[in-house]
Amino acid sequence: MSPVKKKTNSEDYLRMYRQMVRIRVFEDNANQLYLSAKMPGLTHMYSGEEAVAVGICEALRVSDKITSTHRGHGHCVAKGARFKEMFCELLGREEGYCRGKGGSMHIADQSNGNLGANAIVGGSMGIATGSALRAKLQGSDDVTVCFFGDGATAQGLLYEVMNMAALWKLPVIYACENNGYSEYTKTEEIAAGSIVARAEAFGIESFRVDGQDVLAVNDLAQKLVGRARRGEGPFFIELVTYRYHGHHVGDINRDYYRSKEEEAIWKERRDPIVNFGKWLTDEGVASAKELQAIEEEVRADAKAAVEYALAARYPEAAEVDMHVYAATDPDTLRPGA
Amino acid sequence: MRNITLSQAVNEALAEEMRRDPTVFIIGEDVAEAGTPFKVLSGLVEEFGTQRVIDTPISEPGFMGIAVGAAMTGARPVVDLMFGDFIFLIMDQLCNQAAKTHYMSGGKLSVPLVLRTNLGATRRSAAQHSQSLHALVAHIPGLKVALPSSAYEAKGLMKTAIRDNNPVVIFEDKLMYSDKAPVPDEEYLIPFGQAEIKRAGKDITLVATSSMVQVCEKAADILAAENISAEVIDPRTIVPLDEETLVNSAKKTSRVIVVDEGHQSYGITGEIASRINEKAFYHLDAPVLRMGAMDVPVPFSPVLEDLTVPTPEAVVEKARKLVSGEMIHAA
Ligand SMILES: Cc1ncc(C[n+]2csc(CCOP(=O)(O)OP(=O)(O)O)c2C)c(N)n1
Ligand SMILES: [Mg+2]
Repeated sequence: MSPVKKKTNSEDYLRMYRQMVRIRVFEDNANQLYLSAKMPGLTHMYSGEEAVAVGICEALRVSDKITSTHRGHGHCVAKGARFKEMFCELLGREEGYCRGKGGSMHIADQSNGNLGANAIVGGSMGIATGSALRAKLQGSDDVTVCFFGDGATAQGLLYEVMNMAALWKLPVIYACENNGYSEYTKTEEIAAGSIVARAEAFGIESFRVDGQDVLAVNDLAQKLVGRARRGEGPFFIELVTYRYHGHHVGDINRDYYRSKEEEAIWKERRDPIVNFGKWLTDEGVASAKELQAIEEEVRADAKAAVEYALAARYPEAAEVDMHVYAATDPDTLRPGA
Repeated sequence: MRNITLSQAVNEALAEEMRRDPTVFIIGEDVAEAGTPFKVLSGLVEEFGTQRVIDTPISEPGFMGIAVGAAMTGARPVVDLMFGDFIFLIMDQLCNQAAKTHYMSGGKLSVPLVLRTNLGATRRSAAQHSQSLHALVAHIPGLKVALPSSAYEAKGLMKTAIRDNNPVVIFEDKLMYSDKAPVPDEEYLIPFGQAEIKRAGKDITLVATSSMVQVCEKAADILAAENISAEVIDPRTIVPLDEETLVNSAKKTSRVIVVDEGHQSYGITGEIASRINEKAFYHLDAPVLRMGAMDVPVPFSPVLEDLTVPTPEAVVEKARKLVSGEMIHAA
């Protein structure tokens, strides 16, 4: 990274840093809510994978779309969501992004182009590709990013939609977050051959990138998003990353499938936030004190949002059968309308 | 007899059948070392090895299809589908392939497999992990469908399912995995198509499946305190359905509510109510009522989710009205 570039980009860098911290802090709070039995159900932590969502989403604009996964808080934050509505959703409150109807696994933020998390592994691959088709048909240059895990590459749907995306040159980027595990199983036990080679077989340009390095991810994403806007898509990226927590917050005793040593190595040596923070201070973009201040600000923000959400109203009982069907304007149903 | 959990009961049934018949194998996601997320299969891979407890990638249509092929060629696979909601992914393999092969081949091929999965809301898991979808498969000729209501049924029905020469779908109630019930020490099987009268009564019949058996037993307790004697019947399998036991009970009590956790509309409550109406019409004092889950996707928020599933109180209220005659012209 040249010093010149560094200076002009310092605002971007600090925003990326802040966004990664926001994800980490969001997850710390969500985990606490689970541990203190204040959050209904289970949730899947994104901690450790922040550079993936942030590196990619920082290359997108608001009108670009993403589809997310069961491990979706990171994508949601990175695409611009606010803490208050997110915590309200996790706690099933009326002011949540989905009025409490979706919860952690279905969080969506239409205002920022997040078409939603998905509790069906691979469930959003069609949706993302359809969103890209819509952009193309509409003549817009919006790009859609489809996030999914390594485990999701086992879903046949992926291969059907990649084929169509390649045939029709759709502006979609398939972002495979390879965190080494699907649930309690190592990726090498569930994926034959090479993951990127599968996309290449459809003639899709594919890349493998260090998902712990936010600059590397962002660099690649900037390039590919730009090219996808010009009709050169689709693309496929495998991002090598790691989840810090268990598969979900309740997956505490996990030595039988993943060693503590392995976890420690990733956390101590490969942490995307620590390493990027170090780079920022080494390069003189920010002082350690400034980074500390960012973190404190984010923590205060999260604390306020959690307190707000805990005190917020639940939906009225009458909401239970609202939104099953969308309303259709009867005027449009007249012949000739 | 000892008290064991529903999980243990399923585990025992599988282990016993796998010891008895070397062609039985288990296939699904995280079934081996992890023993499934609900830990139902813990210990099986240690005894039977990874050739018979097979971990798969997250490829539901793929491993379902593989099970169909293995069954057609002499094995008895038990497919583990982590959540009942994922049944939508495997519908073609289950309904177009497994269900129809015996018939289409003029009886020459058969598909002796078990699909074990689950149902049940109120686990705060939202709309894609909470559905009770047994009506979907019960609609398809060629599939048998079992709905165990406790550890006892879970074990006996599983053993029968494995020995049955047809594709059988078993839905366990995921909220019941750690519930204990008395289970005999000695081997037993529960035949398909035999309902169980869980509690005898004379004023009203509550036909209840799976998770709703407990609900109706609680309702019956409350009703008993009001001098209303409720009979609770668990069909145990909905395909085949023990019509006779249901109809005889209806004739005796003259009032029936059918309670099930699937969506009420086009669900199994309608089918069961209809069969009772057709065969016990002249004995009934009131229309047979249905109570299913509300016709909405299962909401995440606990305050909403709890409204969607029949509760003992709701059953009691309906039963009271039925017994007092209020529903005769209402429904
Ligand atoms: C179709 C489907 N099958 C199985 C599951 C259960 N499940 C939830 S997450 C998961 C593992 C997903 O692994 P991966 O795609 O690598 O994502 P990660 O959790 O590692 O982020 C599984 C098997 C599901 N939700 N949907
Ligand atoms: Mg993974």
